[in-house]
Amino acid sequence: MEALISLAVKAIFVENLALSFFLGMCTFIAVSKKITTAIGLGISVMVVQSITVPANNLILTYLLKPGALSWAGFSDVDLTFLGLISYIGVIAALVQILEMVLDKYFPPLYNALGIFLPLITVNCAILGGSLFMVERDYNFSEALTYGVSSGFGWALAITAMAGVREKLKYSDIPEGLQGLGITFITAGLMAMAFMCFSGVKL
Amino acid sequence: MSQTRKKLLVDPLVDNNPIALQVLGICSALAVTSSLTVAFVMSLAVIAVTGFSSLFISMLRNHIPTSIRIIVQMTIIASLVIVVDQLLKAYAYEISKTLSVFVGLIITNCIVMGRAEAFAMQNKPIDSFVDGIGNGLGYGLLLMCVGVVRELFGAGSLFGIVILNPVGDGGWYVPNGLLLLPPSAFFIIGFLIWGLRVWKKSQVEEPEFKIQTVEDH
Repeated sequence: MEALISLAVKAIFVENLALSFFLGMCTFIAVSKKITTAIGLGISVMVVQSITVPANNLILTYLLKPGALSWAGFSDVDLTFLGLISYIGVIAALVQILEMVLDKYFPPLYNALGIFLPLITVNCAILGGSLFMVERDYNFSEALTYGVSSGFGWALAITAMAGVREKLKYSDIPEGLQGLGITFITAGLMAMAFMCFSGVKL
Repeated sequence: MSQTRKKLLVDPLVDNNPIALQVLGICSALAVTSSLTVAFVMSLAVIAVTGFSSLFISMLRNHIPTSIRIIVQMTIIASLVIVVDQLLKAYAYEISKTLSVFVGLIITNCIVMGRAEAFAMQNKPIDSFVDGIGNGLGYGLLLMCVGVVRELFGAGSLFGIVILNPVGDGGWYVPNGLLLLPPSAFFIIGFLIWGLRVWKKSQVEEPEFKIQTVEDH
């Protein structure tokens, strides 16, 4: 249990997907103009991340790993090279299913998240989370914790960024730095702030 | 090479750079630039994937039903990335370890998808191929610029060859450690964009608010 909590804290603060691995930057920069939309996107990323990382973990353990297919009688088959295509397939399919389920059973939530869901398929944070899970060899419970907390970390980062940008509108910025340029520099300062967590251990 | 194709190839380098102007594919641009060798290999991988995915998608463009085109594009791109990933693992294992997840993340690199959606679905295969290569080069160019700054001033070397002799080895140069850390990449790209926009005025964004001064009233 302690190991899981420490993994969660690490995934949220120390190894924040957005600010220390630069994942999901495209959407991070593009959709952080207003706090409300940023929170909406953050929550959707968290939901999708919490489902896809454990799901991909199951796919890896029971279908792709060397010897994983022994339950079907193929004990010496190694399908790990199909990893990338299966993970992205799982992500695309899950996002599609989530969209349909939300539309049918939770219309208000669907209306709030609707526009962001298709964007999430191509968000590197989601695929990145799954790839990190593979690289670090997490088991199922670790994968679940990592999915939830890394998604939360991303949501936290984009919400904070949107807050800063809302205030930034009123400042006097040099002409060429307007828009994209200043956003990058702000993100850099935030990343430096997040580096302060790097000594934290539980 | 005809005039239009040349334009397709050269345009994305400075005038319409995918990273600086269209804000596409910045995830990996930031993450893999702390060493020039890695940045170079990454650029080659992205150039190859963008070029060939545009080529293949454009060849199939009249056979892909619109409703499932994203999945089809995704499958083509993912297969190409798997090829690149396996090649790297076979011939440059050390570098593929350093790149870790970022090779896989070429799949979700917005440049690849963006070119497929915006160009390859409407144009002939050869044009799309040239356009893909051009955009890959534009990405590579920016990646190399950032990589040069980060490695030269952060570690005093280029491609691992010592240029500024660091203090640690008895030289004179005190390396700026910040440049090897993640936040510096944000600053460098921010300043690069600033420089580019001072040079090419047309890329400057309009401010959302004008600050009013007392004299205006």
